[in-house]
Amino acid sequence: MVMTREEKLARINAHQDRVNLIFEQINYLDLMAKVMKLDNETMMQYIKESGLKGRGGAGFPTYLKWNLAAKQNSDMKYVICNADEGEPGTFKDRKILEEQSNKVFTGMAICAKIIGASEGYIYLRGEYNYLVPLLTTKMNDFNQDMKNLGLDFSLYLRSGSGAYICGEETALIESMEGKRGEARNKPPYPVVEGYLGKPTVINNVETLVYCAMIVLNEGGKFKTFGTEISAGSKVFSVSGDADVEGIYELELGMTIQEFVDLFGDGDTKAVQVGGASGFCVPRKNFKETIIGFEGVPTGGSMMLFNSTRSMYHILMNYLEFMEEESCGQCTPCRVGCQQLVKGIQAIKHKKRPATYLDELVKLAKSMRVASKCGLGQSVANPFISIVENFREEIIY
Amino acid sequence: MSANDLKMINVMIDGQPVSIPENTTILDAAKMLSINIPTLCHHEDLCVAGNCRVCMVEVKGSRTLQASCATPVAENMEIYTNSRLVRTARKHVIELLLSEHRGDCLRCYRNGTCELQALANEYRIDQGVFLDLHKADQVDISSPAIQKDDSKCIRCQRCVRACTELQAVSALCVAHKGADMKITTFWDKALAYVVCTNCGQCVTHCPTGALTERNYVEDVWDAIYDPSKHVVVQTAPAIRVSIGEEVGMEPGQRVTHKLVTALRRLGFDSVLDTDFTADLTIIEEGHELIHRLTKALRDKEDVSLPMITSCSPGWIKYVEHEFSDHLDHLSTCKSPQQMFGPLAKTYYAEKIGVDPKDMIVVSIMPCTAKKFEAVRPEMMASGLRDVDYVLTTRELGLMLRQAGINFQNLEDGEYDSILGKSTGAGAIFGATGGVMEAALRTAYEVVTGKEIPFDNLRVTPVRGLEGVKEASLKIEGTLNKYNFLEGAELRVAIGHGLANARKIMKQLESGESPYHFIEIMACPGGCIGGGGQPIPTTNEIRMKRTTAIYDEDEKMQLRKSHENPEIKTIYEDFLEKPLGHKSHELLHTTYVKREKN
Repeated sequence: MVMTREEKLARINAHQDRVNLIFEQINYLDLMAKVMKLDNETMMQYIKESGLKGRGGAGFPTYLKWNLAAKQNSDMKYVICNADEGEPGTFKDRKILEEQSNKVFTGMAICAKIIGASEGYIYLRGEYNYLVPLLTTKMNDFNQDMKNLGLDFSLYLRSGSGAYICGEETALIESMEGKRGEARNKPPYPVVEGYLGKPTVINNVETLVYCAMIVLNEGGKFKTFGTEISAGSKVFSVSGDADVEGIYELELGMTIQEFVDLFGDGDTKAVQVGGASGFCVPRKNFKETIIGFEGVPTGGSMMLFNSTRSMYHILMNYLEFMEEESCGQCTPCRVGCQQLVKGIQAIKHKKRPATYLDELVKLAKSMRVASKCGLGQSVANPFISIVENFREEIIY
Repeated sequence: MSANDLKMINVMIDGQPVSIPENTTILDAAKMLSINIPTLCHHEDLCVAGNCRVCMVEVKGSRTLQASCATPVAENMEIYTNSRLVRTARKHVIELLLSEHRGDCLRCYRNGTCELQALANEYRIDQGVFLDLHKADQVDISSPAIQKDDSKCIRCQRCVRACTELQAVSALCVAHKGADMKITTFWDKALAYVVCTNCGQCVTHCPTGALTERNYVEDVWDAIYDPSKHVVVQTAPAIRVSIGEEVGMEPGQRVTHKLVTALRRLGFDSVLDTDFTADLTIIEEGHELIHRLTKALRDKEDVSLPMITSCSPGWIKYVEHEFSDHLDHLSTCKSPQQMFGPLAKTYYAEKIGVDPKDMIVVSIMPCTAKKFEAVRPEMMASGLRDVDYVLTTRELGLMLRQAGINFQNLEDGEYDSILGKSTGAGAIFGATGGVMEAALRTAYEVVTGKEIPFDNLRVTPVRGLEGVKEASLKIEGTLNKYNFLEGAELRVAIGHGLANARKIMKQLESGESPYHFIEIMACPGGCIGGGGQPIPTTNEIRMKRTTAIYDEDEKMQLRKSHENPEIKTIYEDFLEKPLGHKSHELLHTTYVKREKN
């Protein structure tokens, strides 16, 4: 089935219009007025029944996170919006913040009301600092609105300094506390001991908007999309060798084949799902691979590669990124990334035998279980999925 | 909370059930079952890091391995410490560390005492699987006390945590990320040019050869071999209870007199004792305290109180950097090491008929900061460098092994005279609270003519490993000369570890210090836990060395500095009187304001 670009766009837009939760224009004040009337249990029930999982990539059930935080006994609790969007190939949070910041704030306020937090922080990626004036203005207005509504909740903005690791929630907290961005030991988890040692919920930008929409729709609509394991929809950032690029909100649960048919250029050989920390799906697996938590999860990044691309260079690009962005504190990640980078170079230049690749795969597997945080643990994802599917390209 | 209130948690480790209090780490729980899990970044003195990943274990149901040092047990946890997954990952971690580390073991100062080497040996990493990544870093030898070689660093951050948590100095920090991540100083300056106190806690906490003392062993051998030189050695109070550890003995053995014999066998021409000048310090410092109290209480003059001890050169440099507006609180007395130097090169040289220019003074110290102290420009009271070389306990251990001395079988020897005789008061300088106790024993007696009212002279409130200790002593039955002190409550405080010193100084800075006299030692536990002491130093070992120091005191015939006959002689012969002209020239010093960064 070969479609023209126009046909593809028409189909994609029809799909988008059908879903349309994230970018739908709503009156957030009306929603907040409704929130103030709803009791927390009802709202929690909506979130629970929606089946919403974190949209940052890790997919932790949002209800569980909020519930754990709500149960904590503490004089102070915090809600943090993780806007440190740093995954290569992801650029959707930026658009959401540009166009729908009030919905993000509303999601935070809902969370705050439910868990009993009085302060919210937006941790904004350093490279998105151009958004600071806009967000500050909107936030000040929102804070005033909350005062008027009688909700004890204020928002604050914090800028990151450009480190990818600060998207990891405990590194983000360290950074907010003025320390080096390094992942903490877990447990304790942030819902128990987070920012300044207090219970803290950290959610991705998109997750918070979905929370607002789920409450607005009283649990409806969202859960009509997706699959049982991957409920709802998701905003995708589509890039690479695509006929149609950009940011699109689509249902979860489609196969890579369906996705490639809609977005690809007709010559797609592989799709990198979830950025540098995600999985590479080769053409032979397109049909059976579902985009979602039952197949390949993604924080939104969808990179399409056609047959002109060298998988060696693609892998090298990811590995060099990880090698540089590792915080450096734990051994498997700091040294492991260097070994993977230099290792495939050595194989390429015939300084090590092809069988050395097997040693590197074993190492990557160890990194997956031994690294302290998600960064080091996920290096194995692109490494193993690319090496196993494109071994020839890596060696020769 | 008493032990009974602790919730007990049941877990299974390697198939063995165990019940342990909640919040116990998996690492400690395994220890109770006699399972040793290897560690590198873990150190009981320091907060948990969980970054080396050597101590990982498998917890059933968990997606990833868990760092056992950082993970508390949870009910019904099923833990495997030696599964295939654990072994593979652990071996990979060790291999990775080795690939990054300049593994020049045979030429390494820590060969044989390196924790990474031990681990590599245990796991029989005889063939490197991975590529060699070590960088040819330049060794930082800018400091006279501490040497830093990044090519051997495994980034465990023990040094950073020691410097920050124990010492509140933060000379060392982590910079950069990824492959470039390194342990460095403010703006990557050389160690000599940053706020470093030379305390050496980074050295004693370093698992590898990345941080070591600057080693002067060859210089000392050269001096010994030079027939034209008369080489004098002085031994610090704390080393006589720790040097045994360097020659294969258990911690806490008192080996004072074997040490004397060993030093003579090494070829030192005069074997003398820093304990003697510790006694002298008490006389001078005790009189300085009484002098300050007299000025304040009788003459109502403005003098700086509390007075603070000045024996610990790490502490001195710290206060010069961090609290330079309060240097007037420091006793002007030099440390025992630096009192010894000028006396050796003036009085003692004359006594034995040696030209001071031909005299080399070597001191054996539990300390790295003493190396810095010896090269301070103020320390040339004799007209020459008062102390030529400072060796740590570890360096002396090296010399003993090089010389093939079977230390444990040596017969006892006696110190030379003069500057060789000491009292128990001098000995306890080695433990936190010891200077305070020694000073109180003498000062109380000077003021009242009576012995300090504690059972067997044990001034117990100032003893022990608590971070900040406080005590007060009512002065009663004063001699006429000191009747203005009658009924006064002498309030004292003792701090060890610079983080505790900082608390005391913050209080002083705010004008709320209630004390008359404060003792501060830079290192946790005092000199027995010094930066030059045998590695490892843990709280258990500190306790053993401390016990030995107090034993040493109790076994001495004389236990009060002012009863030391050689002290009496040196005042009669040479110094005339405490705080006299000669004392000021040779035994007292000044301090300098240093920058805060």
